[in-house]
Amino acid sequence: MSASSPAPLGPFQDNLPHRHRVGAVWQWIFFSATVIGIFVLSALLLNIIDGAFGYVALEARVDPDTLAVNGVPLEELPKEELIRILQERLSASAFNKLNDEKPFEERSQANVYDLVIERVVKYQVLETWSLWESLTRSAEIRARVAEEFPQAELRFVSWLTVETIRRPQSSEAVNAGVRTAILGSLWTIMITIVVAFPLGVGAAIYLEEYARDDWLNRLIRTNINNLAGVPSIIYGILGLAIFVRALERLTSGAMFGLVDPTTANGRTVLSAGLTLALLILPLIIINAQEAIRAVPQSLRKASLGIGATKWQTIWAHVLPNALPGILTGTILAVSRAIGETAPLVVVGASTAISFDPNLFSRFTTLPIQIYQWTSRPQGEWRHLAAAAILILLTLLLSLNATAIVLRNRFTKRF
Amino acid sequence: MIGKQRNGVDASGYPLRKEGLRKRPRVNEVIIQSVLFFAGFFSIFTTLGIVYELGKEALLFFRTPEVNLWNFLTGTSWQPHINQFGILPLVTSTFITSAIAMTIAIPLGLAAAVYLSEYATEKVRKTLKPILEVLAGIPTIVYGYFALMFVTPLLRSIFGRDVVEIYNMASGGLVMGVLILPLVASMSEDALNAVPRALREAAYGLGATKLEVALKVVFPAALSGIAAAIIVGISRAVGETMIVAVAVGAGPNFTFNPFRGAETMTGHIVRMSGGDLSYDSIDYNSIFAIGLVLFFITLTLNIISQRIVRRFREVYE
Repeated sequence: MSASSPAPLGPFQDNLPHRHRVGAVWQWIFFSATVIGIFVLSALLLNIIDGAFGYVALEARVDPDTLAVNGVPLEELPKEELIRILQERLSASAFNKLNDEKPFEERSQANVYDLVIERVVKYQVLETWSLWESLTRSAEIRARVAEEFPQAELRFVSWLTVETIRRPQSSEAVNAGVRTAILGSLWTIMITIVVAFPLGVGAAIYLEEYARDDWLNRLIRTNINNLAGVPSIIYGILGLAIFVRALERLTSGAMFGLVDPTTANGRTVLSAGLTLALLILPLIIINAQEAIRAVPQSLRKASLGIGATKWQTIWAHVLPNALPGILTGTILAVSRAIGETAPLVVVGASTAISFDPNLFSRFTTLPIQIYQWTSRPQGEWRHLAAAAILILLTLLLSLNATAIVLRNRFTKRF
Repeated sequence: MIGKQRNGVDASGYPLRKEGLRKRPRVNEVIIQSVLFFAGFFSIFTTLGIVYELGKEALLFFRTPEVNLWNFLTGTSWQPHINQFGILPLVTSTFITSAIAMTIAIPLGLAAAVYLSEYATEKVRKTLKPILEVLAGIPTIVYGYFALMFVTPLLRSIFGRDVVEIYNMASGGLVMGVLILPLVASMSEDALNAVPRALREAAYGLGATKLEVALKVVFPAALSGIAAAIIVGISRAVGETMIVAVAVGAGPNFTFNPFRGAETMTGHIVRMSGGDLSYDSIDYNSIFAIGLVLFFITLTLNIISQRIVRRFREVYE
């Protein structure tokens, strides 16, 4: 290249084309690294969607068609007929137990129908396929099912349905849902917010508005930064030692006479919520500090100048202006807490809960449920896990969207 | 109001005090400040709680006759049911998965950061960065599902089912890399962005190409921030739990083969506490001992990262 240049221009121009070529190659490398990140994100989402739908080979212990009365299909039978079927097919004790849980007179037709499906028809999952397999190898799957499981019924199911959200945990994947897990998550998060939000914002106000630059406050600042980097599982161990064990009387509800002290167990919703509160506290503080710092000094000076006290200034001027930032930071911290699994496993989440949780009951949450279903070897639970992941991601996405809207809508520029 | 001023009362109707302009004690203000101080100080309790509880139970663990500190630190077998407590298998698998994760996260994360900060147009940057942030906000259990259901089958089809076990460190490590990538990218991008424009313009003025500006001027100037990002990434990898619990965990295993299953420190804690762990058993105490080791590793990494930022930050004003 240098030979054809009009004039010798020194060493820089000599290798200029080469330098530009190297630049182009590297630019391409940098770009593809970013694309790979996005590609993996799509692979992850597709993988989950792939798991949440697909063919299922089901075998019923009692064919629902044989339960039809006078040509009326099972799902359209009146409640009385369904109760009669239950009475006939179940043992007297099992039937009475159901009646004890909730009297049949109070149950709806849909609820009794669910019971018939769960207790009498008893679908068994023989094999499952993912969405991709179901779409591309449909004929092959049909042939195999017809050959290997002649009794079975092949159904294309969406593991994610309204029913999945509505139904409690069950021992059969086809009947199981995430109702208890969602309620557990909501209860836990509520406690987390109630504890962590005031404490976190208070700490941020102290550090930004009151704290002088002395050793104690420097220690507090460093400490908060370090806490933000502590692995979440350590918080789980802390929660196990303090909330579950040391404060058992409080967290089990025994202190309020709600449970028998001899059987009291601290592995409750309250313990879980408090543990997560400790976990997200540093995040809330750091985010709130930034929001408070962004409020211009002139505002404070103006307020102090007309005779407001320090707290009046903070309450009436600093906080209202910092609020969008504080809320955004809190929502992000809370969405972290909603997705946390490890500390709750350590605190002692329960495996199977079929009742609606309350403050002092054993608990399970959405991520815990996903973890347990993913860990089971049978394929059908993993499909259910995929459906639960979709619910969790939708929840988190809407929270994050709220945070972004808040930020864009209420952020003032000074 | 000014016209109505009377003796002993100020302009707004408040009685004038003898002290004149001296600051009046305000009880409310003092109470509020103390409450806020308590909120600020609360985080110290958390740290003390962590250190105290981990230390106390770990001490009980080391006091039991079956355990001694030397074997704990150098033993290559962790089998609680036959009283073998050597932490090395848990530590090696933790480091292998973290190393795999960082070989993914460092190059890709840094490349993405350079692209976003130096090459991408404002419009592209504004679209891509939130996507990376979404990637960082996905719960780790979802990554665990992805590792087990997608990456493991992929590895097994590439390297053969005999070579790659169902639970293996490679799959967990790779996915952990993907998890940490946005963290490294985002922190490094912030560091690169903080380098003042004048430095870039000066380099362009000397005839440097875009790549030379990025790699020889901007990158070194942001090195402290980038190093901090990498160390925070490592600390995150060491403490990461759910991915390894789902995709790697198969009991403690002293091996350096990434295609075999093993159990990391975090994975072991999760499995042990998954059942109803009875208090004061050696199993219960052992998770605190492991937790203590984990806590010190991550704490050291975090402190190093903060030191690097503080000490080597180049200040341009």
